[in-house]
Amino acid sequence: MEISQINPFLPEPARIVRMYPLTQDVKFFQVRIAEMEKALSFKYRAGQFAMVSVLGAGEAPFSISSTPSRPGLLEFCIRKVGVVTEALFKLRENDLIGLRGPYGNGFPVAKIQGKDVLIVMGGLGAAPLRSVLLYCLDNRDRFRRVILLHGAKNPSEMIFREEFLALKEREDLECHLSVDRDDTGKWTENIGVVTTLFEKIKDIDPENTFSLVCGPPVMYKFVLKELVKLNIPKDQILMTLERRMKCGVGKCGHCAIDYIYTCLDGPVFTYWDVIHMRELI
Amino acid sequence: MRVVKLPKKKLSPFLEIITEKTALWAPIRKDNGSHVFKEIEDFSKIDLDFTRTILPPKKIFLPPSFTMFKAGKKKYKEDFSHVSPRILFGVHPCDIHGLLIMDRFYSHIFDDPYYTKARENTLILGHSCWPDENCLCISTNTHIVDEGYDLFFTDLEDFYLVWIGSSRGDDLIRAKPDLFEENIADKDIQNFIQWREERDMAFQTEINFSAMADLMELKYSDILWEKLGDACMACGSCSNVCPTCNCYNVLDKPALSEDSSEIVRCWDACTLENYSEVAGGENFREKRSDRLKLWYTHKLQAYISKYGRPACVGCGRCIATCPVDINIKTVSHALDGEPVDSFWNRFHQEVKK
Repeated sequence: MEISQINPFLPEPARIVRMYPLTQDVKFFQVRIAEMEKALSFKYRAGQFAMVSVLGAGEAPFSISSTPSRPGLLEFCIRKVGVVTEALFKLRENDLIGLRGPYGNGFPVAKIQGKDVLIVMGGLGAAPLRSVLLYCLDNRDRFRRVILLHGAKNPSEMIFREEFLALKEREDLECHLSVDRDDTGKWTENIGVVTTLFEKIKDIDPENTFSLVCGPPVMYKFVLKELVKLNIPKDQILMTLERRMKCGVGKCGHCAIDYIYTCLDGPVFTYWDVIHMRELI
Repeated sequence: MRVVKLPKKKLSPFLEIITEKTALWAPIRKDNGSHVFKEIEDFSKIDLDFTRTILPPKKIFLPPSFTMFKAGKKKYKEDFSHVSPRILFGVHPCDIHGLLIMDRFYSHIFDDPYYTKARENTLILGHSCWPDENCLCISTNTHIVDEGYDLFFTDLEDFYLVWIGSSRGDDLIRAKPDLFEENIADKDIQNFIQWREERDMAFQTEINFSAMADLMELKYSDILWEKLGDACMACGSCSNVCPTCNCYNVLDKPALSEDSSEIVRCWDACTLENYSEVAGGENFREKRSDRLKLWYTHKLQAYISKYGRPACVGCGRCIATCPVDINIKTVSHALDGEPVDSFWNRFHQEVKK
């Protein structure tokens, strides 16, 4: 049988360059596609995802946490929750994994340019939003205000804690961090749920603000309420959602919501989409 | 399109010639009376006297389970062993329309090589049919076909009108042109017209599918979904037998002794419990009613919104298959406001007993 030239299901071998724990059950993976030319030509947008596979365990979708403005290496932050992630956690630096993508719509970065950017993340929601945050910081002159609100259960569970704490030094970023409880006794930032951080941001220009949100399902309800209170238009509130993306290319059906496929038409949706399609959150 | 005439007794010689080098798949009758598409070795086994096969021909293009890759530590090897040249004979118009919907779906944005390769390697020889009480194809406008086949045989008692639908179909005819008659007499045409009129009159059910997209939207929160969910057994049979259901799952089957694995693709159904469950246990459609609603959103709303026609080809398989009578007919009637409670209430009580 003649072999197809392009098989969208065929993973590309990729090497784990670095991996280290971010929290007790979340690890950071830095990965490079084994073939150098392909590694450099892998083009993606912030907010897109990739399918990562481990031989014998299977394949699963992960948000890309690195920024397209730093090509060559791809970064993921991965929580150990299932068969594939357990297999990933057992791997070591220099091991090979399978990778294909990028998939999904990603954030409409061209639309957001020239506007204020308000990023709200909770827990593992930092995984996809770190990509767009770093993209904004790498192209700082293309955006107006950049505001980051990040909430975690407690300091030891805050993903990218040190990285974000260091960002507080930057004068061109308004960075606000919060934890529900302080289990270390050393936390010097805000204590309270992520919505308590909204008090700290002043003079929002709603018509010219895009808000990017990602977090656990329970967080959306409260954050959306705050954003609507700020008069940010519903189609300028963007969120990236989790579904069971199994194939990434709109064939297997598992990520269907209403009549769209999260892997093709998402995972980034506006608040208007959410109201319009009902099943989203 | 060219049409030629084939006397019935010449069908077998024709099939023998064109399948000298290519496998023939056609309907055969099982001992229990139902029909299935099967590879034919003995031509006398072909039975064209059927309304619908248990499974639609999708099983030939994407088998219920097949290997996508044989994978080693460093290399994934594509496996297309489910693909081989075939002639598929006896496909009814509804199933040809089913394949046309699959064609569109599997080539949308990304091309699925496992489907398209199998499709390219298969010649479709359609065959006319007669509706039973479950056939709805006149309502879905899939009782006639003008594309999606290589040859189409209209059965008119002692001869066939053979419609040539593709260049490859034309090649088949040219393999033995003297079997066919080029001249179609006025009497034959009259015969065809009369057959078609009688066939169209034979349908027993009609559904106004154009209204369904709006009704799905208006009845999104209707109690009917809860009732359906209560009765549904979440067995996935409706998806298995539906010509337009395409969902699948992928499993990694590691070999025990070595660093290799088979990546296997198998049919899945959105009505099954863990269909929408993600790692960590979050299930976006835990309720049967939500999963049924997704099934019917796909058939009666999504496809109509996008392409102006339902993703139902009226084959009647879900009607013949569902053990608790949840099917395109009863759900459409329920959406149309017809009382369906009597049946489902009764069922509920019977189960309780």
